[in-house]
Amino acid sequence: MSEVIVITSGKGGVGKTTTTANIGVGLAQRGKSVVLIDTDTGLRNLDLLLGLENRIMYDLVDVTEGRIPYKKALVRHKKYESLFLLPTSQIKDKSAVNPAQLIVLCDELRKEYDYVIIDCPAGIEQGFKTAIAAADRAIVVTMPEVSAVRDADKIIGELGRAEKDNISLIVNRIRPQMVESGDMMDMSDIDDILAVKCIGQVPDDEMVVTSANRGEPLVGNPKSQAGRAYANIVGRILGEDIPFMEFEKEGLFKRLKKALGI
Amino acid sequence: MLDSLLKIFSKEKSGKVAKRRLQMVLIQDRASVSPEMMNQLRDDIIQVISKYMVINQSDMEITLENVDDSVALVANIPVQNMKHH
Repeated sequence: MSEVIVITSGKGGVGKTTTTANIGVGLAQRGKSVVLIDTDTGLRNLDLLLGLENRIMYDLVDVTEGRIPYKKALVRHKKYESLFLLPTSQIKDKSAVNPAQLIVLCDELRKEYDYVIIDCPAGIEQGFKTAIAAADRAIVVTMPEVSAVRDADKIIGELGRAEKDNISLIVNRIRPQMVESGDMMDMSDIDDILAVKCIGQVPDDEMVVTSANRGEPLVGNPKSQAGRAYANIVGRILGEDIPFMEFEKEGLFKRLKKALGI
Repeated sequence: MLDSLLKIFSKEKSGKVAKRRLQMVLIQDRASVSPEMMNQLRDDIIQVISKYMVINQSDMEITLENVDDSVALVANIPVQNMKHH
């Protein structure tokens, strides 16, 4: 049975697109067929994070306006053959695609693929409403910062009003050192505030930046804490019961090196 | 009293402060009640109650409070006298 999942957050910059790319690659690593749809029309980036920016011929708007069949617009991933990207237009704006069009498209995709993952734009306007329209479940990405948590709460409310009741939460960019010293909320604090089932906590990790630089999502990379966290999230999406990992704390030596800039 | 409270809060870790502030602000966000609407509600309540009682309008308090997982409208309305028809 296939599933349509929307990745959303309200606030920009919390890691929606990074999360989408890593979940997509992770599901493909587990042998699932996956289509990732970028609905951030005008501000597309999912292609860049997946390293597929030079392979785009057509986009989502070409498909929803009926100019081409969706298969012509899908970009197959270089490494993972069961992973496809449906990029959006970089020229048009959010009004170019409406909810009904996305529902029709996702119903087509359900017939052929195990997972359809929709990368939602920031905000709660038209683009958000279109992105969530076809979703069976929503994953809300937030960060342990007051503005990101407040916006996540707003988005959870909006999802409820749209009768999207299967909602789970990912807390991204946690800094274990700050949590330990009491200067950052941890997952259980955010759980208390938002009262939504949490399926992942991802530490702030420099390798997220370097992997984006290269266009190679780091899910499953054993050298990266974030890579392991994303692999756990993928397992939980597949219904596995995986305990939450303990974060490795940076040792005094590493912190000292960082402070000295060496 | 207020000073000692402030002292406690200033020593509080910022993570805890964040959590407390969020829990407060989300009560209002979730109830999606604007200050204008609260004032309107207050005026309407005064109008209705004034049909039956004389109330002290300047001392009345109407707030939304979080009780467990639900929101409660809590009103404290001092009654000065009953109206007899």
